[in-house]
Amino acid sequence: MKKIASIFILLFAALNLFAQNNDIEMADALRQNGKIYIVVICIVIILAGLLFYLFTLDKRLKMLEKKSGGKN
Amino acid sequence: MRKNWWKILASVLVIYTAIAGLLLNVPRLAILNESIRNLYFHVPMWFAMIVLFTISVFYSIKSLSSQSEVDDLKAVESANAGIIFGLLGLITGAVWAKFTWGQFWSFDPKQNFAAISILLYFAYFILRNAIDEEQKRAKIAAIYNIFAFPMMVVLLFVLPRLQDSLHPGNGGNPGFNSYDLDSKMRAVFYPACLGWIIIGYWVYTIRLRIKTLENKQL
Repeated sequence: MKKIASIFILLFAALNLFAQNNDIEMADALRQNGKIYIVVICIVIILAGLLFYLFTLDKRLKMLEKKSGGKN
Repeated sequence: MRKNWWKILASVLVIYTAIAGLLLNVPRLAILNESIRNLYFHVPMWFAMIVLFTISVFYSIKSLSSQSEVDDLKAVESANAGIIFGLLGLITGAVWAKFTWGQFWSFDPKQNFAAISILLYFAYFILRNAIDEEQKRAKIAAIYNIFAFPMMVVLLFVLPRLQDSLHPGNGGNPGFNSYDLDSKMRAVFYPACLGWIIIGYWVYTIRLRIKTLENKQL
């Protein structure tokens, strides 16, 4: 099992070498397609941050509602 | 519903930004490539933060003369909402920097000073929480805020311009205005700023309403 795994790992490492032969730039994943994925990451960060914030606000409001539950 | 028109306006503007910001044409620039579109998302965060801090300092000044607790609360809550946008701006800026300047944090003057001005406002909250007596707390916090606001303005808009910076518009770098913020980008950028500013104001009003409820129950 280990042997097969190591063969595959070596094989994929070699494939990578072949694929990268033409251009020198490295770690391209997020630089592909004109760096549009960086914009995607930033939008996701903003949305995730604001949504997380909304949830914390919601929690605070729920606590308030629970406290005032007896009065209303 | 009639009272909520500005919330709907903000939502429409932000959704418009997301769609038009990703689909409309942008100038073809060497290192930025498509990531120039981040201008519609990263920069409005800072605008929202500055508007919220301006609201905060306005109510700080007002609370000094009126001595009213409501004004004090308004100052704190708007600063609180502003910090969120500042942090989001810092994080998105770091990600953008990683893939255009090469590092998450390249100690660019504007990056450093933005971080420092956020720390200034953290100090504001710590100062507030350190004082128990309400009258005293309101007064000291308001005075600190009045000093922190011009510091923030100087750190973000004056000092970075005096030295070389990777940010456009600073040092030897030409601003966006000169070459790449063409009329097409303005058509997305200005609505984006307006939309996020209104969203920031919305967050502030929600925070204020929760805080006043909490205070009533104590």
